[in-house]
Order: sequence, then C-alpha cells, then structure tokens
Amino acid sequence: MNERTTTPVRDTSELNQLEERVRRLRTDFPILAREVRPGVPLVYLDTAATSLKPVRVIEALAEHYRQRSANVHRGIYAIAEEATAAYEAAREKVARFINARTPEEVVFTRGTTESINLVALSWGRANLRAGDEVIVSELEHHANLVPWQQICRQTGATLRHLRLTEDGELDLDHFRQLLSERTKMVAVSGGSNVLGTIPPLHEIVRLAHEAGALVLVDGAQSVPHRGCDVQALGCDFLAFSGHKMCGPEGIGVLYGRRELLEAMPPLYTGGEMVKKVSLTEARWNDVPWKFEAGTPPVAMAVALGTAIDYLSEIGFSFIEAHEAAITRYAYERLQEVPGLRIWGPPADRRGAVVSFSIDGLHPHDVAQFVDRFGVAVRAGHHCAQPLHELLGLRATTRASFYFYNLAEEVDRLVEALQETVRKLVRRL
Amino acid sequence: MSGFDDEIYRDELLDHYYSSPRRGRLEQPDVAFEDENPLCGDRVRVEVKLANGTIEDIRFDGDGCVISQASASLLCEKAVGKRVEEVNRWGVKEVLQFLGIQLTPVRLRCALLPLKVLQVALAIPEKKGWSSAESPRSDSDEPRCAH
Ligand SMILES: Cc1ncc(COP(=O)(O)O)c(C=O)c1O
Repeated sequence: MNERTTTPVRDTSELNQLEERVRRLRTDFPILAREVRPGVPLVYLDTAATSLKPVRVIEALAEHYRQRSANVHRGIYAIAEEATAAYEAAREKVARFINARTPEEVVFTRGTTESINLVALSWGRANLRAGDEVIVSELEHHANLVPWQQICRQTGATLRHLRLTEDGELDLDHFRQLLSERTKMVAVSGGSNVLGTIPPLHEIVRLAHEAGALVLVDGAQSVPHRGCDVQALGCDFLAFSGHKMCGPEGIGVLYGRRELLEAMPPLYTGGEMVKKVSLTEARWNDVPWKFEAGTPPVAMAVALGTAIDYLSEIGFSFIEAHEAAITRYAYERLQEVPGLRIWGPPADRRGAVVSFSIDGLHPHDVAQFVDRFGVAVRAGHHCAQPLHELLGLRATTRASFYFYNLAEEVDRLVEALQETVRKLVRRL
Repeated sequence: MSGFDDEIYRDELLDHYYSSPRRGRLEQPDVAFEDENPLCGDRVRVEVKLANGTIEDIRFDGDGCVISQASASLLCEKAVGKRVEEVNRWGVKEVLQFLGIQLTPVRLRCALLPLKVLQVALAIPEKKGWSSAESPRSDSDEPRCAH
C-alpha cells in the first residue's frame, strides 16, 4: 500500500474562515473546557472512536429522566404517554434524517455492531444457503466482518473479500469480478475508521443490485460526517451508532427497507415485540417493534434525536467543508514529523481520519507520549486487524476530527509528535 | 509535564527496548512460548534453557511498545539462575519492581505479557514450543474492541 510523501503546500485561509464558527460551536461542548491535567487542555482527536457530546444532548438525557422517566408503550398514565411519544418522535427524526420512507423502517438498536448482527443473524439465517456468497471489503471494521464470518459458517455460505487498491480504496474491477448470481449480500463500510477511505457507495449499490444482491452499509463513520439519504443511495440496510454523532452510547439505528424487515424473523423475543401471546405461541408485533424486544433505551433514543437536531442545525455542508480543510491541513503538517508515514488515500479523497506510523516507534508509546500534551489519539488496530495485516503492521496511531476541532489542535499534535521522536527514537 | 511518563521513558528502559543483551534466540531451548497482547499487538517470545529446575539461560524476542519489550528484557535478566518454582510465583508486584514504575491498567497488560509467556513456557516443559494458537489462553487476554 502506498505511503504518502507530498510536499506541503499550505493554504489555510479557507480553514481560518471556517474556524470562526468552529470556535462558537466549541462552547457547546463542556468537556472542551476541562484540562486533562493542571495546565494541560484537552486536545480531542479521537472522534472516530466516539464523539464529544454537546450540552444540549447531555441535558436531553437528564431532562428525560427528570420529566418522563416511564416505560414506553405500556403505560396509559400521562408521563408514560409522554415517554412513548418522545421515543417515537425520535424515531421519526431519524427517519427524516436519513430520508427513510416511513419511521417503521427505523429500528433502534444498541449501535452499529448490534444492527449488523441483527441483519446477519435474522436475514442471514433466513436467506443464506450453501453456495450463496456474501461480499465484504478488506477494510471493514470487525463489526462488519465477524458477524458475516459467523453466519456464513453457520449457513454454509461463502464469504468473499473485496480487495483494496494500492491507495487503500475499494478495487471496483475486482468487485465486478466477484459479483455473480451467487452474491446475496454486499456489506460495506461508508467510511473506513482506519484509512479514511470513502467507498463509492452509489456505484457499489448499483452494481450489487444489477447482480441481484442486497447492500448493507456500515455507516458508523459516514453518517456522522456526511449523513445518508437512503432513498437516493438505494441501500437495503444502513447501520450506525448514536455515540459517534454527538449522541449517547447505547443507542444505534438499523434502517431496513420495509419489505425486507417485514420478511425477517425477530432476533430477540420477549416483551414488547409481540402482538398476542398464548402459553404455547406468540404472534409478532409489526416492524420495527418486532425487533425491539424488552425495554428500549428510551432516554438515549430521545437524546439521539436531539443530536440529530443539533447536527442538522450545523448542516453537513459546513461539517464536510470544515472536515475536508482540517484533514488536508493535518495531512500536510503531519509530514513534517520525521519518519512518519500516513496510510490510505490522498487527502482530497478521505474522511476526517488520518492513521500513521512512525519509524522506530510503537503506536502505544506514541499515544502515551502525546497524552502528556493533552492530545488524545488512539493506538492499536482500531478493530480492523485484517486491514493492518494487509498493511504489514500490527498497529497504527490514529487522529480523527470533527467539526469542533481546530487547526491549532493539529499543531499541538504535530509538536507533540516531534517531541516524541526527539525523546524516544534512537537511531541505531 | 507529568513525571509519570518520564519514568516510563527514562533512559534505562529505552536501553532495554533498543538494545537488550537478552534479545535473541537460544540454540537449543528446552521450552519456548510466544504470545501476543491482542489489544495492542505486542508480541513476545521467550526461550529457556533449564537445568535441574533452574533457568540456566533465557532469551526473548518480539516487537511491541517500550513497556512490553523492556519488561521482557528485565524479566530475562532477573529470571536467569532462578528456580522455576520461584519464577512461577512472580506476579504484578515483581514485574512493577523490575520496571521500577507504576502503570495504568492498560499498560499493565503490556508489562505482564512477558511474565505470562514465560510462565506458560515453564508449565509445559514436555511440549517444546507451543504456538499461541494451541495455547490455553485466559479469558482476560481476549481483545476488547469497541471502536
Ligand atoms: C466503521 C465502523 N463500523 C462499526 C463500528 C462499531 O460501532 P459500535 O461500537 O458503536 O457498535 C465502528 C466503531 O468504531 C466503526 O468505526
């Protein structure tokens, strides 16, 4: 895979303009006011793991428990009805946000991982047979790989792997070769959490549908940064997590085309997901409730709705423009660090994620050393071990950005990395 | 800046990391074992020569962070000449003593990997050089992965 060594050409005027608004938005995030240690402010560059939470979302959680702490769907007293209305209103917000045809196409889950498992286990068990094929790409997060490995093993279907190009992008020629009438499902990420790759989803959906296959998009890294219009894209399933888009943990979404969801058997059974139960059998509730057995995370769903309002007010045009600018800036400035290599596509074709390695240093040591400057970056395989094997690496260090990051935080990172190299690297 | 990290990255540990006299392989080890810390990819291999229940010679190899590799190097230094029973009794306390530092729980896993590898090696003298695939791994070594 190619490493990048372009000479920096820096024009930060666009970024500077955008930063006026970034500075205002930063005041929405209480955590940005804290110091990690006395005199050391937090430089949070780990949004790909989880985003920071704006005060409005934190308040929405608290407000729900203050005002409407009641179980949904079951009570007929006032606050229970309010809780139910708030929960279903959150579903409607999600549906509008991703442009689903109806709110019934939105299933609340615990997150991307659970959403993908739900499809693999429910749809997969009902539809996959020996001889069928599922295609995943080589850059998938474990969440969009292991569930498919498991269900293929159980059903006798075959898991095929879509190759990457030298630049870390999906090899569409290889994709065309892999597709056949045997292909039943294509499960692909909307954005790599390691390389920053942004797969051409429209093209992938078109090709997969031509071959008669369904498409699941792992939107964990794409929905928070670019949104998703499921009707325009035409994907069959979309999975994403609240916590990476200013919402709380414990809430995520599975979008599925209604007819698919209706045909799928429930995964969990119990309360809430049934219409009528006798001692010996049960009739399932309608979608989406059929997939929501037990008491759902009501406050988290409501707060996800608040996060969606917040992101919508900011607008993806701003978020995308700022991320493009700060990613380009980081990409260029990081090259000033001796021995640093960035993995993945060039700056103008990637999301707000930059993973790198530094000659002679283990990513763990890098992350620990820059922490002394308050810089939070992640070290490891980022739950994408096969991808790291492909890169010939055990681990990388990753910096990732969101609309609340400033160019000066990239500067802090670069200074911290330069200090790390000065202090730790011994030329043998 | 915090003295805490400076201790981790003090010269003595960096010496162990970059140029340990104990890094390498033995000609004919009696037991050997290799494993990794799946969370961060630290890998350590330990080879031991035994004589009457005593560690006669020992080497390590691998790659990983300063903590894991320095810990392996120090462990080898301390273990040579010791009885197997004694080494088997070592735990967190001893490893931190060798390193001379305090560690957060995440980094403690890096520090403990070499001792775990050595103790597994010493537990299976009749079966030379298990690969980690066959190893009786404890659950706590499983990767925790959520991002
Ligand atoms: C691309 C991708 N898919 C899936 C996930 C899993 O998300 P969650 O842990 O919220 O289920 C992540 C989280 O890092 C991710 O980056």
